Amino acid sequence: MTEHRRRLASSDVGLLAAMKAVFLRDLRVAFRQRQDLVNPLLFFVMVVTLFPLGVSPEVSFLREAGAGILWVAALLSVLLSLDHLFRHDYDDGTLEQLVLQPQPLFLLVLAKTLAHWMLTGLPLVLLAPVLGVMVHQPGNSIAVLCLTLLIGTPALSLIGAIGAALTLGLRSAGVLLSLLIIPLYIPVLIFGTGTVAAAAEGAPVGGHLALMAAFLVLALTLAPFAAASALRISLSNS
Amino acid sequence: MWQFFHKLGSPKWFYGIATRLMPWLLAAGALLLLSGVVWGLAFAPKDYLQGNSYRIIYIHVPAAFLAQSAYIMMAVAAVVTLVWRMKLADVFVKAVAPVGLWLTFLALFTGAVWGKPTWGTWWVWDARLTSMLILLFLYGGVIALGRAISDEKSAARATAVLVLVGVVNIPIIKYSVEWWNTLHQPATFKLTEKPSMPPEMWVPLLLSVLGLYLIFGWLACIRMQSEILIRESRTRWVRELVMAGRN
Repeated sequence: MTEHRRRLASSDVGLLAAMKAVFLRDLRVAFRQRQDLVNPLLFFVMVVTLFPLGVSPEVSFLREAGAGILWVAALLSVLLSLDHLFRHDYDDGTLEQLVLQPQPLFLLVLAKTLAHWMLTGLPLVLLAPVLGVMVHQPGNSIAVLCLTLLIGTPALSLIGAIGAALTLGLRSAGVLLSLLIIPLYIPVLIFGTGTVAAAAEGAPVGGHLALMAAFLVLALTLAPFAAASALRISLSNS
Repeated sequence: MWQFFHKLGSPKWFYGIATRLMPWLLAAGALLLLSGVVWGLAFAPKDYLQGNSYRIIYIHVPAAFLAQSAYIMMAVAAVVTLVWRMKLADVFVKAVAPVGLWLTFLALFTGAVWGKPTWGTWWVWDARLTSMLILLFLYGGVIALGRAISDEKSAARATAVLVLVGVVNIPIIKYSVEWWNTLHQPATFKLTEKPSMPPEMWVPLLLSVLGLYLIFGWLACIRMQSEILIRESRTRWVRELVMAGRN
């Protein structure tokens, strides 16, 4: 018997292999519906555009508020994309199969969440410098801003996964998801914008970044458990 | 011990105990709260700096105290719901969440009224105020999620998960906003230190805090009783109770 067939017979897939399979599958599915990938980015750009138009295009205002505007826009954009995290898999039954796997569900949820971040959070980070220039941020601030988004957006995805799992299959899940998750996003927002503000004043940002990283580690270790148990509850509900 | 634990899980047993307990809670709570508030509002000495306006503390501090305690109690009940699947625990969460929401609102409102003469503004984006506002959002989320899920058991467990996620976040929110911006005075009561006020001021405050705790207990009992009656409406003991009440 070849290695491959022996594996199939015992259906004994390692933890990392299972996570990798889930991760790659999510990426593949996402790239087959490219519009879904572009939408949160367009939303991000549009929300940022609203502020100069709605409040003031003055350089002095934008220089002061720019980092906050970008952070809020990124946060809303992640929030908007969360609905997709489990929805399609829930509708076509894939999620039930994932729950039935012998591998612990929280690891599979972690893999899905990482894929979600790769598809939404990371593009936002890459787009941020362009918008940073448009809202007149100095070069140093833009670099720090991107760094905070790089640390902060995975935390947003992880915390958001809990909300997405809790509201799965409910009527008006979108609004409810925002209501549940925005209060939990506030610390990430405060630390994120606080770091950029410190950098703009020329203060050292190492401590701020370490706090953000600590927050990310906390979300990384706890959120998948909460999201996995929330998924089980939502599935038993249907 | 275990028998007690099992009894505690029985809605019928709780209903009986609550009926006997409630008059005492109400009487003692009303007595303490009224004496605390009347003493505080009418007889306690004036503050040398704030004059009479500080007297709202006798409503503000108890409400803020309870608003936070209620969330912690809900979190304990949420653990019980998830681990032991005890019916009463999720009845408690469902019954207490709106009470907590209103207490938080009361704390924010009295704070705003107090802030106007003292700070010269109704609202500042200060650490304490902001974290209480977020607590209000958390209560709102818990209530909204509980109402959105039609299946009773799923609703109970989903809200329990949300309450626990929130309780992990409360200290983080508290410290993040505290580092971010602060103006509010530090806590009035600390377990480790002597209060900075004279006893004529803090004794009535303590009385009204304790009184509000008892009133909260009474409210929780009455709300849990009505929730139990709704949930157990098909059981024999509820029917017998209703028939007995009719005669």
